[in-house]
Amino acid sequence: MNTPFVVPVNPDSACQPPSAKDFLVDRTFRALSRIGVVLILALVFALVFEVGRKALPGMEKHGFDVIFGSVWDVNQGKYGILPAIWGTLYSALIALLIAGVFGVSMAIFLTQDFLPAKLAAVFRTIVELLAAIPSVVYGLWGIYVVIPAIRPLTAWLNSELGWIPFFSTSLSGPGLLPAALVLAIMILPTIAAVSQDALTAVPMKTKQAAYGMGTTHWEAILKVMVPSAATGIFGSLVLGLGRALGETMALAMLVGNANNISLSLFAPANTLAALLALNFPEAGPNEIEVLMYAALVLMFITLLVNVLGSMIMLYAQRGHK
Amino acid sequence: MDCKLDKIFYGNFLAVRDSHVPIEKNKITGFIGPSGCGKSTVLRSLNRMNDLVKGFRFEGHVHFLGQDVYGKGVDPVVVRRYIGMVFQQPNPFSMSIFDNVAFGLRLNRYKGDIGDRVKHALQGAALWDEVKDKLKVSGLSLSGGQQQRLCIARAIATEPEVLLLDEPCSALDPIATRRVEELMVELKKDYTIALVTHNMQQAIRVADTTAFFSVDISQGTRTGYLVEMGPTTQIFDNPREQMTSDYITGKFS
Repeated sequence: MNTPFVVPVNPDSACQPPSAKDFLVDRTFRALSRIGVVLILALVFALVFEVGRKALPGMEKHGFDVIFGSVWDVNQGKYGILPAIWGTLYSALIALLIAGVFGVSMAIFLTQDFLPAKLAAVFRTIVELLAAIPSVVYGLWGIYVVIPAIRPLTAWLNSELGWIPFFSTSLSGPGLLPAALVLAIMILPTIAAVSQDALTAVPMKTKQAAYGMGTTHWEAILKVMVPSAATGIFGSLVLGLGRALGETMALAMLVGNANNISLSLFAPANTLAALLALNFPEAGPNEIEVLMYAALVLMFITLLVNVLGSMIMLYAQRGHK
Repeated sequence: MDCKLDKIFYGNFLAVRDSHVPIEKNKITGFIGPSGCGKSTVLRSLNRMNDLVKGFRFEGHVHFLGQDVYGKGVDPVVVRRYIGMVFQQPNPFSMSIFDNVAFGLRLNRYKGDIGDRVKHALQGAALWDEVKDKLKVSGLSLSGGQQQRLCIARAIATEPEVLLLDEPCSALDPIATRRVEELMVELKKDYTIALVTHNMQQAIRVADTTAFFSVDISQGTRTGYLVEMGPTTQIFDNPREQMTSDYITGKFS
């Protein structure tokens, strides 16, 4: 395989081809990384296959009635997950909106020389610590802190601006808004951290070029730094949305678990993940088939979001070149 | 070392065609020509650095130490051990000056005294006196010119057969440039050097042989090719081709 150049014309030359051992290490390393990739792929396929296999009887029995049905009544054998799909998307999008605005602002604030470097590092760590708080703690905090705190405001909005569909019902405890708010805080660290990485990865010379053209601090950020980091920031939003779609525990505690399709932010709702978590423990064989079906739908939605996100990112990158 | 290439492709793009560039031992061969004429591409083909570029395809051969660098079963990693390279922008590793120079020696599992070789290489690169008291300091803390000489020291520490220099002075000031040029002339006693340069004065000052490349846009794409090659004095004083004389007198670029 390796035919070395055997004629070291210069006797002082220290050049020699990699040893057999070096080549072996190289090949082993290559093989190991390949095995890693294959294993991950296999795991994903096994997962989808297993859930799909268990969902198949439910799909055959109920067909699209599950996806488009809005009544979930085990006793009548009616399994409709449309409200849960609606709630999943609605809560995730609102959370993304809130966390996106705050997360990206935070990333800008922490990377663009607004703070002394040491202080910025401290803040960064604190934001990242948010990711370490268990989901159930967020749920409890939502029930005991967020819901009472937003109640007066929601009551006022409902009585004064009730004609706007978003405020058309009153908040009677758990509901979409508290769930989305807590969800926003949960995905905030992801968005902030990944956006920060994207912003710090913009080369120093790009920043200097902006200031060299005479931009103000704010113009440099808005016109040069953020567009340069746009792909990474967008990636952080996709990651955040993916997390929001699949988040379970806090939502199960806060969303209200009512099969209800409403634009109102204060109405109780349901999400796919919460539906699965709450119904599995007591499900009979018939219900399990449907729950597997719902799990497959949830996986499909998450997959779709990620694929769409990656495609938009690829497209944007191609546009740059 | 003899490079006879028919075609170099990047994907479907024909980057360079029909160029026969013999590179003589213990001489400096200069590559000149306008931007996009493929001189860097040819240089980087000599030690198969272009293999790192996706879609790269080489048709032809590069004879080196009695073998074809592009021959069947030749590992580019082995080729690069014998043909060192210095890049346009100084690119020292983020490690100490000593470790930068010792990198190649350790890579080649050098059995002798590494300290000796490092000192020798730094002396060869005319950097020893400036850094001998701070060998443990990061290579990135040096000035641009010093960094470039550090990169040269790194490349020559293992004493490869050939040194490829891709516009090594373009990021340097005239004083540092002069230093590196003196260094090249010094080094050619032990090495064979191929040098890409945008600076014709530099080619006149250091190159023994000069190859002039140009761009052919007649096919709708920009394909580089060798116009002529010869002793530097002949190329600059008495070029055979009109195009060469236009270029060196500044009539076109």
